[in-house]
Amino acid sequence: MESVGMDWTAIQTVVWTLIKILAVVVPLMLGVAYLTYAERKIIGWMQVRIGPNRVGFLGLLQPIADAVKLLMKEIIIPSGASRGLFILGPILVIAPALAAWAVIPFTDTLVLANINAGLLYVMAVTSMGVYGVIIAGWASNSKYAFLGAMRSAAQIISYEIAMGFALVGVLMAAQSLNLVDIVQGQSGGLHHWYIWPLFPLFVVYLVSGVAETNRLPFDVAEGESEIVAGFHVEYSGMAFAVFFLAEYANMILVSALTTLMFLGGWLSPVTFLPDGIVWWLLKTGFVLFLFLWFRATFPRYRYDQIMRLGWKVFIPITIVWIVVVAGMMQTPYAYLFH
Amino acid sequence: MTYTTAIFYFFAAILVFAGLRVITARNPVHAALYLVLAFFTAAGLWILLEAEFLAITLVLVYVGAVMVLFLFVVMMLDINLEKMREGFWDYLPLAGIVAVLLVVEMVLILGSRHFGLEVMGAPAPHAADYSNTKELGRVLYTDYVYAFELAAVILLVAIVAAIALTLRHRKDSKFIDPAVQVKVKRNDRLRIVKMQAEKRPGVEGQDSGEAGT
Repeated sequence: MESVGMDWTAIQTVVWTLIKILAVVVPLMLGVAYLTYAERKIIGWMQVRIGPNRVGFLGLLQPIADAVKLLMKEIIIPSGASRGLFILGPILVIAPALAAWAVIPFTDTLVLANINAGLLYVMAVTSMGVYGVIIAGWASNSKYAFLGAMRSAAQIISYEIAMGFALVGVLMAAQSLNLVDIVQGQSGGLHHWYIWPLFPLFVVYLVSGVAETNRLPFDVAEGESEIVAGFHVEYSGMAFAVFFLAEYANMILVSALTTLMFLGGWLSPVTFLPDGIVWWLLKTGFVLFLFLWFRATFPRYRYDQIMRLGWKVFIPITIVWIVVVAGMMQTPYAYLFH
Repeated sequence: MTYTTAIFYFFAAILVFAGLRVITARNPVHAALYLVLAFFTAAGLWILLEAEFLAITLVLVYVGAVMVLFLFVVMMLDINLEKMREGFWDYLPLAGIVAVLLVVEMVLILGSRHFGLEVMGAPAPHAADYSNTKELGRVLYTDYVYAFELAAVILLVAIVAAIALTLRHRKDSKFIDPAVQVKVKRNDRLRIVKMQAEKRPGVEGQDSGEAGT
């Protein structure tokens, strides 16, 4: 009887964890679907167009229509492709994009796994996303796809360093790797957020985030006017849709991380209003809006300019600011950080 | 068998399989990818040992950066496996000696009285709020600070040397300093000339677009 009881609790834990994972992934997928809609609408307005307005009221069913269309399409595997890796590519892109959400806190108690090395975990998991892109580009056995994969790999590695250094500044200020602690280190209103003392790092992190997710103006990995569609040129149907989902899931992830580390997460900007997930959603939504705004505003960077910006501008800025923060923490002004 | 033991054997099996495939895979890209799998599984084993900082750093550094560059290079090489296998029998004796040496070394370490399970027992599990990162940082920056700084300086020298060795200034480089580009004023590049609009002889009346003149 006792062993049966043990099994029952084990099963309960597994089921409960699965339910919690679903509770994160389902809203995330809905968020991704409606982010594509928001992107088309917002960029439409910025360019004085209407955007999607045919399917459903105000075009609100457009993402669902797109999903159904992609689901019905055939997945074509090119005859010269490396079959196993061709299928593995999209899986390896979406898996890290979703796995990173395991440690993202929505409020101080609403978090799937509150681990004490949360920040390191996020960095490690997101650094694996590049494999999917490289494998997809290589396995397609196509020159355009391969060029796209090369560009993407070089770009992601370059900007990951600047991003990592920007996060080093945050963890120095918070003196913790735990994401909940990092947010709680910013409590006390708008002027306690890390965006103020770490402003250069905030800018570097945000721009590197745009580059890491291969979004405009850093989307040379896709570069439809030069290399057709880059690493996913040979993918069709749902296999293509998975790349698409991963890109948007990564965008939301970078926005959420920016919110948590620089904009005070779920904390309210003024002390007389209560903290809560609403603030988290508003701030993340605002950062996402910046992503779309960038896309509508800037022309695509030239490749050598991207490399120059990453290596010769961002990395020196972050290193200098880390030294500044370290020096400041030894002075009476250390209270600015916590 | 406890849950942790089951996980250990699961990870260990994957690790051994991936390690074997690294040396048996015919395609170098596949071999590199199996090496990535091996690193990742090894990180999982380290997490079981409560060394979460080392595990995550292994993934971050080796999987996230080193192996990406490795793949980058391997993918662009056109490797002819037949040619690489040509000298197999010539190298076999030397390789055999190295392999025997490795086995002897491992037996000396793993089979000895000084490192057996009785002497080096499993460490006591730590509390949930134990931070491996903090402990490592404390040890590195206090007890071993000189060794640590020395390693950092050696790495820095290696970086500088690697760049110095490969840096070539090409004479036909079309590099433009962005600062110069930004500093350009309109008047450096553009000259506005005032000109009277002129009528083209012989086409009046035919083109209605010019009827206003």
